[in-house]
Amino acid sequence: MSFDTPDDRRYLESHEWALETDGVVRVGISDFAQDELGDVVFVELPDVGDDVSAGDAFGVVESIKAVSDLYAPVSGTVSAVNEDLFDAPELVNEDPLGDGWMLEIEATDESDELLSADEYADQIA
Amino acid sequence: MSLQTPPLGGVHDEYGAKFTDFGGWEMPVEFDSIQTEHHAVRDDVGKFDVSHMGEVVVSGPDATRLMQRLTSNDVTALDVGDSQYAAITATDGTIIDDTVIYRLPDDGEMEYLFVPNAGNDEAMVERWETHREQWGLEATVENRTQEYAMVALQGPNARALAREAATDGRDRLADLSRFEATYVEINGVDCWTARTGYTGEDGLEFVVPWESAETVWSALECQPCGLGARDTLRLEAGYVLAGQDFDRESNPRTPYECGIGFTVKLDTEFVGRDALEAQKEEGVEEKLVGFRLVDRGIARHGYDITTSEGEVIGTVTSGTMSPTLEQAIGLGYVPTRYADSGTVVRVDVRGRDKKAKIETLPFVETV
Repeated sequence: MSFDTPDDRRYLESHEWALETDGVVRVGISDFAQDELGDVVFVELPDVGDDVSAGDAFGVVESIKAVSDLYAPVSGTVSAVNEDLFDAPELVNEDPLGDGWMLEIEATDESDELLSADEYADQIA
Repeated sequence: MSLQTPPLGGVHDEYGAKFTDFGGWEMPVEFDSIQTEHHAVRDDVGKFDVSHMGEVVVSGPDATRLMQRLTSNDVTALDVGDSQYAAITATDGTIIDDTVIYRLPDDGEMEYLFVPNAGNDEAMVERWETHREQWGLEATVENRTQEYAMVALQGPNARALAREAATDGRDRLADLSRFEATYVEINGVDCWTARTGYTGEDGLEFVVPWESAETVWSALECQPCGLGARDTLRLEAGYVLAGQDFDRESNPRTPYECGIGFTVKLDTEFVGRDALEAQKEEGVEEKLVGFRLVDRGIARHGYDITTSEGEVIGTVTSGTMSPTLEQAIGLGYVPTRYADSGTVVRVDVRGRDKKAKIETLPFVETV
């Protein structure tokens, strides 16, 4: 099975992606991660205005069979939360790289461990 | 320890199933998605490879006596082709394993098949042999776990599908009542076929010769289901899982505590009987309850159950998001004063208190 790893964004080894547009970083989980988790049924996210730190857990994603922490690829202040996920967590499975996004962060710093799409693709190969 | 592979392992791998270690067996946990598989069973039909379950055959002049003294139910109530759910209890009344016992057709001497949980077959055979020697009984105890695969076909349309796949014994299949078993030929393979299951739906379980597993599996054309869906289905049905809702080492419980007191026949003589009689007279201090989360979140195995004031009163033993109810449900032990349906408690979900309501089991209507 092959998974989408678009090169417009960077990735963490823990399977989050980070897509930057004008200093705002949108965060979600990878196609590989959603497939590993299976049916996502619950997402716990911080509130707008909360601060997150690169490399620290900012929330939780739960599938029927597993609970996984979500790690922040960047540090900064949460400027948006994808509230659609509260009623439709299945968006994470259906469109992990698009409508299944989780947070937007006004970034002040980033993790030293961000991987390029190629590096991440190698990791999950 | 190396994992045992079920005879259908290669077939599942080819399908693209995900696997998990369960009781020492590498078993498929998910074929398509847990929700898809779950709904197939509730609405139509699905098939499960449950070859990790043990098969132990007990026969001989004292087979009945041996079975009776090591299981909590009354095996003398079984006619040929009947089955019953039973607990295997220690002297203190706590459950070592739970099992289904089938009375097999015989030539005058009683013969039983019982199905221990994954990884328990060797320990149960040893227990049976030890007690046989101790009590001077004449019986043969054979571990057939490596000789048989087991396939469960579950759902409202399970029996209709089995009928289509049956090459002999269709009438016997049609006449089968709940908890009855008989031989039915599926795609040319003689299978010990029982109208039992672990999903809350109508359905069948086939004990299949190991080498013929694929012949039977492929003839039952429907949604393959993994252990993930098996867990959500059994939890909605309020069925306990050995090693999780009770555990000999980490959470020893009696049948009365875990809600399977109906398997205990105190008018029979078995290991653990006296302790259970005493507990029945005194009443249990804690019992297994079902609960539904009112707040958003999912309760998981090991989470604390607390009062509204935060006092820890119990532990969650099983919890998931119910695909049928689309709400988080779970099982756990609480003191009996908190066990009434409608009682409001809290579950500590990773440091956050989530409101939950005790609910009468099962969560969904079952057969």
